[in-house]
Amino acid sequence: MENFKIEVDGDGVALVTFDVPGRSMNTITGAVMREFPQVIEQIKSDPAIKGAVIASGKPTGFCAGADLGEMGTQAGGGQDTRSAEEKLRAQFDSSFTLNRTLRALETCGKPVAIALEGLALGGGLEIALAGHYRVAAKNPKLQLGLPEAKVGLLPGAGGTQRLPRIMGAMKALPLILEGKSMTAEEALANGVVHEVVEPGQTIEAAKTWIKTKGDPVQPWDRKDFKVPGGGPFSPGGSQVFILGNAMLRKQSYGNYPAQLNILKCVFEGLQVPIDAGLRIETRYFLKTMGTPQAKAMIRSLFLSMQELGKGASRPKDVAPYDVKQVAVLGAGMMGAGIAYVQAMAGIKTILIDTTQEAADKGLAHAKGILDKAVGRKKMTQEKADQVLSLITPTTDYALVKGSDLVVEAVFESREIKAEVTKKAEAQIAETAVFGSNTSTLPITGLAKASERPANFIGIHFFSPVDKMGLVEIIMGKETSQETLAKTMDYVLKIRKTPIVVNDSRGFYTSRCFGTFVTEGLEMLTDGIAPAIIDNVGRATGMPRGPLEMNDDVALDLAHKVREATKKDMGDQYVAGPVDALISKMVVDLGRFGRKNGKGFYDYPSDGPKRLWPGLADLAPVKTSDADKALIEEIRTRLLYRQAVEAARCFEEGVVTDPRDADVGAILGWGFAPWTGGPISLIDSVGAKAFVETCDRLTEKYGSRFSPPKLLREMAASGETFYGRFGKAKAA
Amino acid sequence: MADAYIFDAVRTPRGKGKKDGALHEMTALSLATQVLEQLRDRNNLDTSKVDDVVLGCVSPIGEQGADIARTAVLTAEYAETTAGVQVNRFCASGLEACNMAAAKVMTGEADMAIGGGVESMSRVPMGSDGGAWPTDPSSAFKTYFAPQGIGADLIASLYGFSRDDVDAYAVESQKRAARAWEEGRFSKSVFGVKDQLGLTLLDRDEHMRPDATMQSLASLNPSFAAPGELAFDAVVQQRYPQVERVNHVHHAGNSSGIVDGAAGVLFGTREMGEALGLKPRARVKGMASIGSEPSIMLTGPSYVTEKLLKKLGMNVGDIDLYELNEAFAAVVLRMMQALDIPHEKMNVNGGSIAMGHPLGATGAMILGTALDELERTDKETALVTLCVGAGMGTATVIERI
Repeated sequence: MENFKIEVDGDGVALVTFDVPGRSMNTITGAVMREFPQVIEQIKSDPAIKGAVIASGKPTGFCAGADLGEMGTQAGGGQDTRSAEEKLRAQFDSSFTLNRTLRALETCGKPVAIALEGLALGGGLEIALAGHYRVAAKNPKLQLGLPEAKVGLLPGAGGTQRLPRIMGAMKALPLILEGKSMTAEEALANGVVHEVVEPGQTIEAAKTWIKTKGDPVQPWDRKDFKVPGGGPFSPGGSQVFILGNAMLRKQSYGNYPAQLNILKCVFEGLQVPIDAGLRIETRYFLKTMGTPQAKAMIRSLFLSMQELGKGASRPKDVAPYDVKQVAVLGAGMMGAGIAYVQAMAGIKTILIDTTQEAADKGLAHAKGILDKAVGRKKMTQEKADQVLSLITPTTDYALVKGSDLVVEAVFESREIKAEVTKKAEAQIAETAVFGSNTSTLPITGLAKASERPANFIGIHFFSPVDKMGLVEIIMGKETSQETLAKTMDYVLKIRKTPIVVNDSRGFYTSRCFGTFVTEGLEMLTDGIAPAIIDNVGRATGMPRGPLEMNDDVALDLAHKVREATKKDMGDQYVAGPVDALISKMVVDLGRFGRKNGKGFYDYPSDGPKRLWPGLADLAPVKTSDADKALIEEIRTRLLYRQAVEAARCFEEGVVTDPRDADVGAILGWGFAPWTGGPISLIDSVGAKAFVETCDRLTEKYGSRFSPPKLLREMAASGETFYGRFGKAKAA
Repeated sequence: MADAYIFDAVRTPRGKGKKDGALHEMTALSLATQVLEQLRDRNNLDTSKVDDVVLGCVSPIGEQGADIARTAVLTAEYAETTAGVQVNRFCASGLEACNMAAAKVMTGEADMAIGGGVESMSRVPMGSDGGAWPTDPSSAFKTYFAPQGIGADLIASLYGFSRDDVDAYAVESQKRAARAWEEGRFSKSVFGVKDQLGLTLLDRDEHMRPDATMQSLASLNPSFAAPGELAFDAVVQQRYPQVERVNHVHHAGNSSGIVDGAAGVLFGTREMGEALGLKPRARVKGMASIGSEPSIMLTGPSYVTEKLLKKLGMNVGDIDLYELNEAFAAVVLRMMQALDIPHEKMNVNGGSIAMGHPLGATGAMILGTALDELERTDKETALVTLCVGAGMGTATVIERI
């Protein structure tokens, strides 16, 4: 055996050390699956063994679960035609392997204790739950949880059966459905571990239990076992499911089959003996694996995000660039947020504004975030003070000297940007990077103000900077690969996920996001009732409906952008009813959105926002009934409009890597995560079907849905984006 | 096909469905038994001629389980040869039981049959039978399940009924019920429930609040705002995205009351009636059930009415009296709105808002009420219907002979 080592001590306690060779963290590989039954057989049949302790040989923790790279390639079905009953039975049998193994472990007749020095996640926790006794170390980094649902999967090795039998459905369900982790103390309070000891003591404590108590029977194998809190048809238990079903629909809008299947596993599984429950779980596990959501979510939310988070598209031949000092120009919301994340990453930050008062206000913003963290006991005061001391608010450009990088975050005006670019560039080394945090103005144009356009790059942060994980890096025409590599090192240092795009109006994220909010306005001018637009908008899986999103972004800003675009495009700009609507709202009525309490919604101080009744005069309602067909049509319009824009970005070379497009969409503007991103959406629908739908939508609603040539080519050839443009190595 | 005739209809008064309600100390079986005894004794019935007893019951567990219809046949000392079956069509169970009894007569399966229902909501609480529909994710999720009250509030939101509208309807229901009792309009059907000693325990509906006013109702808090806020509003809005916000207008004062009670209706062929010396009071003209959208749940009555009238070649105006169970005020307001039925023809003697809704029995109770009222006012036809859980509707049209 390569993955397990067994040593039996003088008291007959076998110490099973789980240690997958060649990996920093234990995962459940094919070899682990093959060897585990041998371990169990030896525990069971060796008369010298009275009981066993399973522990990890890794300092990183117990086990991080299944190998998602392997699973990602199996998920989604698609090419694999496993419709034949025999194939499905074989698939069931293979998927049931770990359940069979763990069931053998807990019924081997000898006590088995699990020593958890560090994290046990997914399959790792599921192995631990099959032990009769679990000891965890008082290690603040120790996490116990079943995160499968976060990537569109369900725990398939008994997690949906054992956790509710330990904690009760009411407490276990949120943990499994949301994929949240527990600390050692929380696990102890919930009975998920039996004992918490000092780090380094878990094996000893586990051995002591084997020697002194050592009960080899799981609670659910006892005759008098009752599910804590009762099963689904006990008075308390039924409420858990009646409300749980509704909560799940409220939160998931029916877009996430994994969560629904988890709920079914727990509901059906708790009514039968555990052996049957495990079979039910494996069936739903396979069903879930077969959904396009599982495939797309594993790929985008786990594999791609991990790869991009490690700088997958950084030019390899540039030496690492250690960013120690950065000047941030402009101490508004964005500038202050950037200063905060930099300081958190240990970067000395010069925060510049035109007045000391404004610069100090920026510092105060950062302090506010830190104070909150201290208040919530997430950070010590000492650490907060130290972070804050890294930020120097000033008006003096002389302090910019020595900065490895500059981030310009001033008002979106070409003139002001040009002025500060010149002032800052005069202070920095020729090798330093100048980044502009513009969200709309083309980088190549802004670079004209620079002496060194090769060092000039777009670094587009998202608001609020401290919470949003994405940074969109924009290459200007003259931006060098070296500048890109340096910028990427900076972005990774401040622990954001970078995507790289080429220059275009609105780049990638703002451009595609804009289509979502505008499509909502198109619907409004089509006469669809605003409540339908926003309710269905939310149900697509977008974070908010398009109208309320318009209000949040601010209508006057949208108006300004439209005016600027109109000016830039001249005769080519075709004004439509949406332009008239926004102009009326902003210019005539002064309805700017949430920021002045008047937009498509009213924002009363004493209650939730309500749709503005006057909207019916501006956009008379023609469609006030929503049948299933209309709901489906609105969903399609909102999602496909964004996806077709993302496809155009590929055709124009604005994005070149599907991972950038998908991860950027999900992290940047909250594109429906269940799809895996707009490009995954097209791939899972298939280019041919997608083009057909777009053609239909074009005919009905206009050329904004018209599929680009690239898509028609792909439709004809049967290609996918990930097939044609995929750079990701098979993990 | 034979015609099914109605020979008699009886009901218990409705006791408050709480521990301090008068009928709480009587078993559900006892209520059902007394109904069967009344039908037998009032009509001098040779029970060996009764082929079957169909009783509606919505929570058929505990003392209401194990086929309470057959059990009551035995305790009422009907002939051993009389069968009994319990049925559940949620709130329309009582009417469905009558329709089944009538159908048995029409098809020739039975020459005489009883339809009715029983529910002791104080003893076997609503929902205590569990059920997959709201609990099992496989059904709840797919059907956008929300409790009925949310569906009623959704009806009010969709069709524009304000809190004042539903409260005004409730006040009128109380007034009508009070007047009906004052004038003895229920006396033909209602019998006094006897206690274990044979003493009369309750002879009048116990739930009524004849002094209810718009002001007194205004003080009641909406019942479904909290669960709506928690999750269920969001659920129904996914099915009905045109609703920006669910307007929670229903409360204890404009929704049906929780009560205990039982009822029975005697059906038979003309020939068997003649043989037993019974005078037919009405003929069953038609019956229907439908399914409707389950999330809003309670819009079935207008659809089933349309279906049944079409089948009978009748128009809304051809019906002299309508009885629609007052599960919630908005349900009745919606049916009147949808079919343009004047309030003067609808629930003329009040309904469940005033008198209560013993789930399994109500359908049979209001069939009897309609029959009594046709006779009292010398009118011809009545249509009786109820909204039903999981989105259904059941209806019956009767005409006097």
